[in-house]
Amino acid sequence: MTDNPAIIRKVEGRGVPVKGNDIDTDRIIPARYLRCVTFEGLGAEVFKDERYNDDGSKKDHAFNDANYDGAAILIVNRNFGCGSSREHAPQALMRFGIKAIVGESFAEIFAGNCTSIGIPVFTADESVITDIQGMVEKQPDLELSLDVDGEILSISDRQIQLTINSSAKTALLKGTWNTLDELLLNNDQIDQVYNRLAYVSQFS
Amino acid sequence: MEYKSLKEIEMGKNLFNKVWDLHKVTALSESRDQLFIGLHLVHEVTSPQAFAALRERNLSVKYPDRTLATVDHIVPTQKQLFRPYKDDLAEKMLVAIEDNTKDFGIQFFGLDSDSQGIVHIIGPENGATQPGMTIACGDSHTSTHGAFGALAFGIGTSQVRDVLATQTLAFERLKVRKINVTGERGNRVAAKDIILRIISELGVMGGIGYAYEFAGPVIDSLSMEERMTICNMSIEGGARAGYVNPDQVTFDYLEGKPFAPKGTAFEKAVEYWRSIASDPDAEFDDIYELDITGMGPMVTWGITPGQSVEMGRNLPRVEDLGDNDQEITRKAYEHMGFKEGQPLEGEKIDVAFIGSCTNGRISDFRAAADVVKGKKVAPHVKALAVPGSRKVKLQAEAEGLDAIFKEAGFEWREAGCSMCLAMNPDKLIGRQLSASSSNRNFIGRQGSAHGRTLLMSPAMVAAAAVEGAVTDVRTF
Repeated sequence: MTDNPAIIRKVEGRGVPVKGNDIDTDRIIPARYLRCVTFEGLGAEVFKDERYNDDGSKKDHAFNDANYDGAAILIVNRNFGCGSSREHAPQALMRFGIKAIVGESFAEIFAGNCTSIGIPVFTADESVITDIQGMVEKQPDLELSLDVDGEILSISDRQIQLTINSSAKTALLKGTWNTLDELLLNNDQIDQVYNRLAYVSQFS
Repeated sequence: MEYKSLKEIEMGKNLFNKVWDLHKVTALSESRDQLFIGLHLVHEVTSPQAFAALRERNLSVKYPDRTLATVDHIVPTQKQLFRPYKDDLAEKMLVAIEDNTKDFGIQFFGLDSDSQGIVHIIGPENGATQPGMTIACGDSHTSTHGAFGALAFGIGTSQVRDVLATQTLAFERLKVRKINVTGERGNRVAAKDIILRIISELGVMGGIGYAYEFAGPVIDSLSMEERMTICNMSIEGGARAGYVNPDQVTFDYLEGKPFAPKGTAFEKAVEYWRSIASDPDAEFDDIYELDITGMGPMVTWGITPGQSVEMGRNLPRVEDLGDNDQEITRKAYEHMGFKEGQPLEGEKIDVAFIGSCTNGRISDFRAAADVVKGKKVAPHVKALAVPGSRKVKLQAEAEGLDAIFKEAGFEWREAGCSMCLAMNPDKLIGRQLSASSSNRNFIGRQGSAHGRTLLMSPAMVAAAAVEGAVTDVRTF
């Protein structure tokens, strides 16, 4: 039996810490890069104004640090992805190479957008996150492994318990994070709701 | 032994759960439902990839009659009709929404329509937004529509695709926090001040996992436009949805609007709208009390909408704050260049912006015009008044407000999102300090990576424009 390629049980790779609370989606992808009709190419613009000065020279930012080149697991702090609902933010991170995010907490729309494109989002307490960020900073070539079902991060010889939203977990493990197929199945029930809502027929 | 019927034991239901249950298609998993969306609002920024996904799979739009589109983010507010736009990318996006709405049979308030405007303004002003509906839009400020007693959610582009194709969303039921606002509302204290106060108290992530029900005598006394301002910024407090129970104010606002039911249908609608309001004994997951007696106008000074200060008070000292707030406060001081403990009054501004989905409605321009009438904008200030829709613009012009703004030295622009988010030519330059009636003071939000935004009510922006500096509109 071949496995559904959409099933995500594990994410492996090196980590990259982006520190700070309340990092909003305007900072992740400035609005000027939303002037597009596809998500292609957004990876190059991720954290643009945080990474580059006006003259194009590089700022001190983890995404500019060669030590973290090729990292797949982003480690962040509190309320990451707040603000605008733009899916361009997780799309840009994904196209940069990020496959999973671990943080203290996430804005709801951002976390939902991540799940809907197959990026698992895990949370843990502040002290745990600070600890993980410290380990990755000290040894950027450490290989991290995230187990979606067990909600566990394996790093060096440690197993760290994380948390993931239960419906996100189900969707990742069942390979139904792309929700469209599941929603299309219930066409008749959708019609029933449409037909029973008085406002649809203008209360006539 | 006496048994109580289930009905007797159960507490009343709140609006959120009533409307949710009416729109629930089925349970997808233990925690996730498939939810029918009664009104899907579409704009040019978050929809092209969704339409592309439909084309790729040869799908149509499930219910075009429950879908309404406009163009707002990228349109210039000057020479709006001069096509093609100088900005190729903006032109491409405009063409995309024109083609997509035509190909998929969706009603489009485009540039050739008198009803074009910011998506969260055109829905309500045309009566498309109604109580007891579920509403979704690829924009976080969709929470605005909750002012009518609708469940209104901001969604991402993959979900826009889902709603286009199925008219439904895979969604988790939110918890509900009732925010009960009481007390005496002070002179010149605006809806904007109330919501900025709520966000400063509950924090920018206080609402995660919640819908906010705004209630209490102060909320009941607000106009529909004021309620929209409050619900609009629910998301800035982390709450994906915010709502106000529908009442006579709501019904009076809707009566006669183009999309509102007419005649006996309107009466039936009112019956439905009353029925979905929270029961008097409704249950909530949390209740928060706020007394606004004595509260003055609020202005943000930092880089999140939670960092605000009441006029007459000084900016916070980092050391006085809890550990959780210190890092973001330091970052805010670093970006804004203010000193700990200083007052904000007297801080010289460069730009004054009145507009946006938060405060771009007719009552906002009336409040601002009342302040600037017969006065002049300070010479060093660039001042923009940008109506949220063409209807707002026409109404303001009919009342002579445009003349008041122009005589004072404001630029009177065409409808759009303008300087709220800088996807169009209206942008801050360098380190400019902007007094803005919009909703976000994030770093770079108004188009310059170094730009600085002070969020405040339209009347406060107007006072700042004239004074050339932050000033308390009560003593102006």
